[in-house]
Amino acid sequence: MKRYLFVLLMLLLPLNVFAVTGEEVMKKSQASFLYQGKDFKARVVMKLISKGGAERIRELTMLRKNYGEPGGDQKIFMYFFKPADVKDMTFMVYKYPAKDDDRWLFVPAINMVRRIAAQDKTSSFVGSDFTYEDVSGRDIQDDNHSILREEKLGGRDCYVVKSAPRAADVDYSYKLSWVDKGNFLPLKEEYYDKRGELYKAFSADEVKNIKGFPTVTKKKMKNLQSGHSTEVTYIKSDYNIGVEDSLFSERFLKQPPKKWIE
Amino acid sequence: MSKKNKQSRIAIKQQGSRFLLYLTAALLFFCASALSSYAADVSIHGFIQGNYSADVAKSNPDGGDFKWAEERLQLKLDANKEPFHFFLKADAFYDHIDNKADIELREGYVDYTDKKWDLRAGRQVITWGAGDLIFINDIFPKDYESFFSGRPMEYLKKGIDGVKIGAYPEFASFEFIVIPVFEPNNYTDARRFYMFDPMPSVTNRETKDPATNLENTELALRAYRDIAGFDTSIYFYRGFYRKQYMIPDNLTNTTKITFHYPKLSAYGASIQGRALDGVLSLEAGYYDSRQDRAGTNYTVPNSQTKFLIGYQRQLWEDFTAGVQYFTEYMHDYSEYKKAQPGGLPKDKKIGQLTSVRLTQLLMHQTLKLSLFSFYSISDGDYLINPEIKYNFSDNLWAAIGGNIFGGGERWSQFGQLDKNDNVYLQVRYEF
Repeated sequence: MKRYLFVLLMLLLPLNVFAVTGEEVMKKSQASFLYQGKDFKARVVMKLISKGGAERIRELTMLRKNYGEPGGDQKIFMYFFKPADVKDMTFMVYKYPAKDDDRWLFVPAINMVRRIAAQDKTSSFVGSDFTYEDVSGRDIQDDNHSILREEKLGGRDCYVVKSAPRAADVDYSYKLSWVDKGNFLPLKEEYYDKRGELYKAFSADEVKNIKGFPTVTKKKMKNLQSGHSTEVTYIKSDYNIGVEDSLFSERFLKQPPKKWIE
Repeated sequence: MSKKNKQSRIAIKQQGSRFLLYLTAALLFFCASALSSYAADVSIHGFIQGNYSADVAKSNPDGGDFKWAEERLQLKLDANKEPFHFFLKADAFYDHIDNKADIELREGYVDYTDKKWDLRAGRQVITWGAGDLIFINDIFPKDYESFFSGRPMEYLKKGIDGVKIGAYPEFASFEFIVIPVFEPNNYTDARRFYMFDPMPSVTNRETKDPATNLENTELALRAYRDIAGFDTSIYFYRGFYRKQYMIPDNLTNTTKITFHYPKLSAYGASIQGRALDGVLSLEAGYYDSRQDRAGTNYTVPNSQTKFLIGYQRQLWEDFTAGVQYFTEYMHDYSEYKKAQPGGLPKDKKIGQLTSVRLTQLLMHQTLKLSLFSFYSISDGDYLINPEIKYNFSDNLWAAIGGNIFGGGERWSQFGQLDKNDNVYLQVRYEF
């Protein structure tokens, strides 16, 4: 038995040249990209840019609160300022790592709160190039992760991690992520389609230190096949502001408190 | 204008003037509190809209070819000064069919918010229940004419003039609503729509709203919380049917018909949650027809039990399908059969209605193709509503759609609307 184990370890050894595994890198990356602080608030401007250059704007406040460890449960609350036809609309997600999320939408014109059935894997978030999963995070266990190499990107040392979905539940066949070795933020991502061609590219274009948390405050997703792209800017952001549990309720979906959405 | 319409217009006017009083009081209250410290933060939004619906099956009963033709300006005013919030939504429109301009107060209320409770007083829209265009516990007023004429969906819901109190203790949340002034549903106008009328020769008609007094004040209560991941609500309502029922003065030789709104109490429950990779909704209700519990009075509906199951799921990117099955059971049916006069159509003991909604979003969600349809299993009639909506920009959108009715009997819900098929256009610029 011991002999077999030794052989197995020998076989694994060449793969283990990095101090960490791909999964560990992606776990840390998700923790710093989507789970920093106890809670987080941002005023978000999304610019949806068509191939021809026409722009559409989505402006919202996003509030997020962590429940448990990074990678665990989260509650997300969004209030839309723009465009005019969705002004005052609110949207709430209870995110669970191991099962489908719960989602609610408030439609102000008829004062109605409804559950929505959107699947997060492939659905576009408000018509942008980001999917719901890009916004709220994909389960680490849904992919096989491996570190391909280490290289510099814009002067930062990065791990280049390949993530291949275990099930055919997304549009891409694999994704490459350039993860900053210092703060573990994803600085660049490339999505490859079933034919192995690059079709979607993500870049973190600005990183700011907010209350000691390195935060991506400008990012972009471009669809190389359609030419459509989406730029996201956090014009205001803050951590650990004491968001109450009660915010994530039907009551406040219908009447979002000014102090949280402003 | 028919007498019925005149009556309801007068009723609305009276209600309007009463409401103005509430509004003025609320405004004064709000302004006073705002002035006491600093100016409230105020925003104004709204839209300009054109909305036209043309007959495709047959001209209207009065000869016109449009079910709806209007331009409309909506202004929404929001003012905040914690703990108060003031909201006003008013429409000004020009109706090309009646050649008149008018102003309509859609909503107007003041909110007061405390940590564990809140209050909203004034004209407000309330939506309850888990159904998609099938209402069991949403006993608030609706405008079906608007729905059948190809107007935007929000115009299906009418506001109520009343007070809503919300209470939010740890174990559950509550909404308690008091409505002092009765507001009926609005049904199709006899000049614009062909509808079933059992006594077309009787033109002397009158509608009696319930008198506005303490005894007739409507009460509605909803208690809700999460139970095992499902949004669970229970409902109670004490008030009136919002559909009118007729009382002929004499059955064999009718010279006058009086329409009334019988007393109703409703009890119900709903749950909605994630199941089978989609959203599952269940709702049930019991309608206690308080004026005729024995079911022997043909001018008052019998008590009923209603049940709804709905399921919605995203099948592929930006495509969602929803199906619903609704059934209602009439209590004391043998009494109903005995009491119903010979010349009037008889409802079935068990009514069954199904609905399908398909929605596909395309071109970064700027193009929306949708199809909604009702099919009644018990009556064999249907409504089909296809629609294409396109957002030209963040501010400008247009929708083209149709309403197709048919099947069933000439008195059944959609069968009677058979000759009213229409195509509509909605164009809106939002700011």
